[in-house]
Amino acid sequence: MAPVLELRGITKTFPGVLANDQIDLVLNEREILALLGENGAGKTTLMNILYGLYTPDEGEIFIRGKKVEIQGPEDAIQQGIGMVHQHFMLIPVFTVTENVMLGVESMRYGPFLDRTAAAERIREISMRFGLDVDPDALVEDLPVGIQQRVEIIKVLYREADILILDEPTAVLTPQEVDEFFKVVRSLVDQGKSVIFITHKLKEVLAIADRIAVLRAGRVVGTAKPDEATEASLATMMVGRDVILKVDKKRSDPGPVVLNIENLCVKDDREIVAVDEVSLQLRAGEILGIAGVQGNGQTELVEALTGLRKTESGKVIILGSDTTNATPREITELGVAHVPEDRQKDGLVLSFPVEDNLVLSTYYVQPFANGIILHQEEIEKAATERVDLFDVRTPGVTTPVSNLSGGNQQKVIVAREFSRPIQLLIASQPTRGLDVGSIEYIHNRIIEKRDAGCAVLLVSPELDEVISLSDRIAVMYKGRIVAILPSSEATKEHLGLLMAGVNASEIAADRRNP
Amino acid sequence: MSGQGQVSPPVMSDAELEDEEKQGLLARKGSLQSVLLPLLAVFTALVLGGVLMAVSNADVIAAWKNLFNAPLKTTISITWVTVRDAYSALAQGAFGSPARFTEGFRIWRETGENRELLEAIRPFAESLVISTPYIFAGLSVALGFRGGLFNIGAEGQLFVGGLASVFVGYSITTLPWFLHLPLALLAGMLAGAIWGAIPGYLKARTGAHEVINTIMMNYIAFRLADYLLHGGPMMAGSGIPATPEIQPTAYLPALFPRPVRLHAGFFLALIMAALVYWFLWKTTRGFEIRMVGANPDAARYAGVKITSTMVLTMALSGALAGLAGANQILGLDHKMVTAFSTGYGFDSIALALLGNSHPVGVVLASLLFGFMRGGAARMQSVAGVPVELIRVIQGMAIVFVAAPAIIRGIYRLKEIPGEGLSVLRGWSS
Repeated sequence: MAPVLELRGITKTFPGVLANDQIDLVLNEREILALLGENGAGKTTLMNILYGLYTPDEGEIFIRGKKVEIQGPEDAIQQGIGMVHQHFMLIPVFTVTENVMLGVESMRYGPFLDRTAAAERIREISMRFGLDVDPDALVEDLPVGIQQRVEIIKVLYREADILILDEPTAVLTPQEVDEFFKVVRSLVDQGKSVIFITHKLKEVLAIADRIAVLRAGRVVGTAKPDEATEASLATMMVGRDVILKVDKKRSDPGPVVLNIENLCVKDDREIVAVDEVSLQLRAGEILGIAGVQGNGQTELVEALTGLRKTESGKVIILGSDTTNATPREITELGVAHVPEDRQKDGLVLSFPVEDNLVLSTYYVQPFANGIILHQEEIEKAATERVDLFDVRTPGVTTPVSNLSGGNQQKVIVAREFSRPIQLLIASQPTRGLDVGSIEYIHNRIIEKRDAGCAVLLVSPELDEVISLSDRIAVMYKGRIVAILPSSEATKEHLGLLMAGVNASEIAADRRNP
Repeated sequence: MSGQGQVSPPVMSDAELEDEEKQGLLARKGSLQSVLLPLLAVFTALVLGGVLMAVSNADVIAAWKNLFNAPLKTTISITWVTVRDAYSALAQGAFGSPARFTEGFRIWRETGENRELLEAIRPFAESLVISTPYIFAGLSVALGFRGGLFNIGAEGQLFVGGLASVFVGYSITTLPWFLHLPLALLAGMLAGAIWGAIPGYLKARTGAHEVINTIMMNYIAFRLADYLLHGGPMMAGSGIPATPEIQPTAYLPALFPRPVRLHAGFFLALIMAALVYWFLWKTTRGFEIRMVGANPDAARYAGVKITSTMVLTMALSGALAGLAGANQILGLDHKMVTAFSTGYGFDSIALALLGNSHPVGVVLASLLFGFMRGGAARMQSVAGVPVELIRVIQGMAIVFVAAPAIIRGIYRLKEIPGEGLSVLRGWSS
């Protein structure tokens, strides 16, 4: 196997940050190279350099042994490099063909688009790589997994033979991930070479031919999947030993803390997003809500925390009716909320750490008396919490925007957990965090549960839901389709439920495989 | 605190410690740059203003046309002298002449005649007089920016503030000054507050953009003033479109004998700047306003009532602008004429930007504008540089503040992540 791509000594600095430090990387022909690293390890920077979005400060790029200068995406495409971004760049109201043609429109009779020819090529590509995409379908009608294939077709249509896939599995169900892996395999079988960026250890072991681990802008090691284990990769990624399994005692559920009865909630487009949901959550237990993103979890949490109006149904928290109560009323009952999008809802990025730590308690003693803020008290409490929750920050007056994602999340956890709370609603509490921070936040959540707090955990990460929860509710199209004890849950089973296959069908499948 | 803290914090690696130091350094650099950038912006604008003076000056042009016949040194020196003279005339017009001051002081000491001395301090005092409404109105816009709202209506709020204070000033004739003056000031603030609160309420309730509605409120204020002063109920008997004179009990007291016009309004403005700072950074309401301004989603999440906070922000912003109007009436004009403000309300947007929406920054920016405007007349009469050039320089300073990349490029400053004007977000929401 000859190297199709070679990076030598790539270095890129941003003001104050060494994003890539003398990176050497080789991609062989017909190889799936997994680029593994925590957020901020420099994976995306490196790929953006390769795709011409950044210019490296130092270093050389060789393609098929020839040194190349990549000044922009056009050069990259010219060199046969294609990138599938984590966030799709598709126009929903266009057909597959129109989306694929965008930018490389084939013409006939001068300025007229030749859709037929393009559709024909797409069909051909789709066939060759087993993608199974209808060129005439509207993108908005396609499931996420197929939309991703459209992105891949876009790249193949431009005749790329080096494909960069940036966190491609983040939006997929476990079943879709399996399908996706088959597609990636067939790409390689047909002579393409793939760089697969991810921070998920299991996937790397399942798909990669070779693994390169990035940490703090450096390649800290390479491994073959058959020689590596999740633990060894995690250690390489983080730079220390990581306990991947969550240790927890059996739960000891107490009285009902949260009671949801026939709750209906509409989303921003006025479409029913939460449909007749009823749930009960007891003190001292963790109820996990599993589901592919966009199945009503966000709206459910927003309705519970007072951020969204409910259409019908009832929410009772600790005996008080909180249906359509204000966020403050709910907070004051002893409810903590770790929001799904920490930068949008959970933090004021331009404010210092200390202010973010009192974002919802700034008006109560000892932080204020009525009108006047007690700056010394706020600072004192902040210093304590930063210590206790191990927030890595230069100081409590540093703007929270200067902190890494993991430490920003710790600020939220510190704020929400330091109040006397009886119900914790945690929405994707570890989204985008590195392994070390995930471990830390998981332990804190378990600790809260053991202290008698009821926890509602919403997460699309099945591993997280299974390892943390005592019971798991699966949400699909706004409904709770199943509730099961986590001891009985397997990833496959949950995956099917999340994809809308109903429980009786699964049982039938199990009987006659 | 119910957490037991049994989770031992992971040990920090050297690299992480280094990162932390870097971050601390960055934060310090960031706050240094937020001061340095406006200063460099003003400096650059002054330099470019000098270039403009040179290229528009007939002597300089003639000298450069003659470049091949005369020594280069002469040509450059003519250019230099032209620019220098203009700026020194500007400085003299703004600050006064030290020699004249010493002389005036000597005469006063020896003869007790204060006329010369007053004339000598007059330019300086006059610059402060111009700065005063700038401070009020600049604070108004800055407070709005901090709350995430773009109050373009300061000019209209200034007008209604003027109307209300002049009305209280002339219609009440029986109060002692210590009641009459505060009442007139309050009337101005209240009128401005109402004028600001209306678009604030519309924004909070219906989502109508405050930029549009404050502009519309401006027109209503201007035409309202026209009507009231131009044959309306507030016109004085004499047939001139102006109100009657206010009672002396409503005057903001003058600090010097005439012709020096400096009055207590200047100190009131400084007090308001301190109050605005205290309010925004030391009170719970101020915290809420800044939270809504910096991230309304997070504010809602934290339990802040967005609607009432927006209305409060606009009302306070309007009150400050109204105070600018009251200040002009009660401190200087003592009556209201139709062409009442000379764009203080609109300039205040620039001041808030230049001052990074911080009360201290606004005061400094207002002084800068006040002194430049104060000196411009003398620059025109002595050096023949048109007054409008000052406007050009001010405009360039704003452009450089609004586009810090230009200044960073010129002075090779590195961009600091996390720094920058969050106040400009008002546009998008």
